[in-house]
Amino acid sequence: MTNHWIDYQHSDVMMNIGLNTAENHPVSMKWIQKAKDRGGKLICVDPRFTRTAAMSDLYVPIRPGTNLAFLNGMIQYALENDLVHHEYLINYTNAAYLVNEAYHFEDGMFSGARLMDDGIGGEKVVYDRTTWSYQSDEAGQVLSDETLEDPRCVYQLMKQHFRRYDLQTVSEIIGCPLETLQACAALFCSTGKPEKAGNIMYAMGITQFTHGAENVRAIAILQAILGNMGRPGGGVNAQRGQSNVQGSTDMAMLYHIIPGYMPVPSESLHPTLEAYHATSPGGYWANRPKFMNSLLKAFWGEHATPGNDYAYDYLPKIDKERSHIATSKYMGDGEIKGMVCWADNPAVGGPTAARKRKNSAKLDWLVSVDIFENETATFWKEPGVNPEEIDTEVFLLPAALHMERDGSISNSGRWIQWRYAAGTPPGDCHSDLWIVDRLFRAVRDAYQVDGGVFPDPILKMNWDYGEDASSARVAMEINGYDTRTGELLTSFAQLQDDGSTAAGCWIYAGYYANEEEPACQRRIRETEGVGNHPEWAYAWPINRRILYNRCSADPAGNSWNPDLPLFQWNGSGWNRYDVPDFNAALLPEESARNAFIMTGEGRARLFSNGMVEGPFPEHYEPWESPLANRVSSVQFNPCSTVWYPDDRADYASGAFPLVATTYRLSEHYQTGMMTRNMPWLVETMPELFVEISPTLAADHGLVSGDQVVVSSQRGEFQAPVCVTPRVKSFQAGGKTIEMVGILWHWGYAGLSKGPVTNDVAPSIGDANTTIPEYKAFLCQIRKVV
Amino acid sequence: MEVTRRQFLKVSGTAAAATTLYGIGFREVAHGTYRRFRLHYAHEVTTICPFCSVGCGIICHVREGQVVNTEGDPDHPINEGALCSKGSSLLNMAYVYDEKGKPVPNPSRVTQVLYRRPGGADWETVDWDWALRTIAARIKKTRDDTFITQNSQGVPVNRTPAIAWLGSAMCNNEENYLFHKMTRSLGLVNIDHCARL
Repeated sequence: MTNHWIDYQHSDVMMNIGLNTAENHPVSMKWIQKAKDRGGKLICVDPRFTRTAAMSDLYVPIRPGTNLAFLNGMIQYALENDLVHHEYLINYTNAAYLVNEAYHFEDGMFSGARLMDDGIGGEKVVYDRTTWSYQSDEAGQVLSDETLEDPRCVYQLMKQHFRRYDLQTVSEIIGCPLETLQACAALFCSTGKPEKAGNIMYAMGITQFTHGAENVRAIAILQAILGNMGRPGGGVNAQRGQSNVQGSTDMAMLYHIIPGYMPVPSESLHPTLEAYHATSPGGYWANRPKFMNSLLKAFWGEHATPGNDYAYDYLPKIDKERSHIATSKYMGDGEIKGMVCWADNPAVGGPTAARKRKNSAKLDWLVSVDIFENETATFWKEPGVNPEEIDTEVFLLPAALHMERDGSISNSGRWIQWRYAAGTPPGDCHSDLWIVDRLFRAVRDAYQVDGGVFPDPILKMNWDYGEDASSARVAMEINGYDTRTGELLTSFAQLQDDGSTAAGCWIYAGYYANEEEPACQRRIRETEGVGNHPEWAYAWPINRRILYNRCSADPAGNSWNPDLPLFQWNGSGWNRYDVPDFNAALLPEESARNAFIMTGEGRARLFSNGMVEGPFPEHYEPWESPLANRVSSVQFNPCSTVWYPDDRADYASGAFPLVATTYRLSEHYQTGMMTRNMPWLVETMPELFVEISPTLAADHGLVSGDQVVVSSQRGEFQAPVCVTPRVKSFQAGGKTIEMVGILWHWGYAGLSKGPVTNDVAPSIGDANTTIPEYKAFLCQIRKVV
Repeated sequence: MEVTRRQFLKVSGTAAAATTLYGIGFREVAHGTYRRFRLHYAHEVTTICPFCSVGCGIICHVREGQVVNTEGDPDHPINEGALCSKGSSLLNMAYVYDEKGKPVPNPSRVTQVLYRRPGGADWETVDWDWALRTIAARIKKTRDDTFITQNSQGVPVNRTPAIAWLGSAMCNNEENYLFHKMTRSLGLVNIDHCARL
């Protein structure tokens, strides 16, 4: 989130798209309600009439997989009707920048397209992005036209690109009545007025598509042109699904990064530390060598010296994509022999989950760490599986509950909050911290005693957190310290690239800067302010509650909304309710030139070379879709890797005529491993069901409670149906398209059991992130008689 | 149906009900339930809800090392005491009520170190020391057998492609940081978790 939960209260218009806040983040509805109480309006964009839709002022139905057409339509409406925030656009975005003359777009493809080997026997489009760039003069200065009239300026190119997304066309693609769409566009684009703030919230209903990252980008563009970024009540607000998925991402439990969003060293791009540093992007990222060298010092302490490039070669360098879907494929191919699955349950949560369970049998060993028996650890116990045929050794290590251990977690608003151990873990249960510490020490002991291949990174690792590892000691290392004095750092601005500082994750600097009273443990509510509660816990970075907050005021330093000033220039300094995301020592007109400090231009990028599919978002249909792409001849994202070509259903065959989408319930959580073992919750929501419309039910002769088999090209499962008018068919592309809503909380382990519905979901992912396309695929249902 | 005070308390099962009824004058009967007051002698420890990412504050009431009650933290600025169906059931992850209404540890918890040998049809119970040593040996063998120190261009790459590590958004920042540190020190490149799902 660029903003935070409490800040929702300041929104004039909230767009809830691709998430169901009332169901999945129920308590936060209080802040949406607070905004509504103040006259704010809530728009809910969703394929189903959800609990959030029931609370909304305007419900916009949308065919699964067409968010990008919808969002592009919103952008087009704002441009066409001149509802953009002009002063914001010119000063804080790259709208006026002139673009390379060679850049062009035609029939769904941008300039620079090349068909390349995808590394697994197929082909995909990999763009040469050199034309996705600015024009500059001989001195390297980017050319711009603040009148926004030059046909090569970003603004004019946008107008050209988005022209195809008029609301009539969008209505036909997404299956929403034109009048509803017009009302939605008019309402949300009303936040283009300088004093108004619009908030867009999203979750997996935006990201779980082959074009999920472009969905997010379209949201960011819409918010930038309406002037909604960096302001109370505005922002792009990803509602994260798990209590610490923000923190686990910050700590880089992801193949492509290391802590603090730095890229993992790549054998082709970063053969040396010098090469790594040379790829630092502009803007504040120019400081990346300081963050990187400090991380290496935190990892290898005295063994990381200027002479050995701070032990840079102790870090592995990556060769190819190692995402969840990719790893699962490599497991099937036999490349992966051992797996550690820590509080993660891919046997239920992964796409085409049955294949994952089957591939698990190819492992030599599997370690699972959990609080209950999960399906991943018990894949050999699945009904119908003969354990005698499975040679995999499996270890299941008993972990402590969250309330039985201490440490910090980071919520969606980036608030790092401390949890204290309340109870004592039963039996042999231990905290995850204890387990990973002991496991590392056991591995280190093995290398110490027996030697082995390249043991240095293990033996020389800076790893001493006490006999029973202390989370406070780990926290201080993450926070960062002066390597000469041991003094804790209060800000990442103190980090150096000369080995004099160490920090495990630069963006967390300051969260544990005081051993006695660390900032993440603070519990002081604000008595005056805008709801930022700066002394409650600690928000990364540097306790900043609203990102890009220079944009909350105009270039002269006057708050866009005088009634809600986050920053207001008083003639000699700033009156403020947040930590500046800009150089506050400068005069307002000067800091306004660098309002987005993380980009090299200092501006929001409406046109960017950062995405693999193109500088502007373009609508493609999901991998499996009942309709041909209405806006170009390119059917689905040409940059997505097709991992399993045979997994794709041919719509024309008629075997899978329905669109499926997946979602969750308030009473259960993710793969259900925790909640399916909590009797109170099992009692309230005891079993799996799928939701269908009354019209589809009539077609198949079904009533609520009837059992159906839901099948896709990849598998099938059986469940009772719930026939509900909350699900309706869509009229799109001249067809009537019916939808099946699938819950996915169940599995064969635990107190409440049920089929694993992700067996039917496809293993294809977003072209940038490889997040699977769970939200839109083809299926069929048949009544069980 | 006639519900006695004891049954009512058992059914309602909240400290709030107990205090309210005490307060409105069922003094005589309340005496009989005094020892059953759940929060008696309990101290408060704060935690953050482990489910979604709103980050609601929860108070754990602890007596003799046991969590006896959990409820929304009214001082917390985000949830102001409110919790959803999952958050308000937090205690149930640790304890369930037996037929007599007494809290007993959730029987579904894994409380021992479990091992399943190749071809095995069931778990075997092992001790931590054996498990840690054996897992370390497996990691070491797989790593040493597959470790790549240089690529074909002579670039030091120091990785093993043969071990995958997933997890986890359910673990604390400090735990995830150690996962990252450990995995990279081993040369792992197949690192991911449910943030990519």
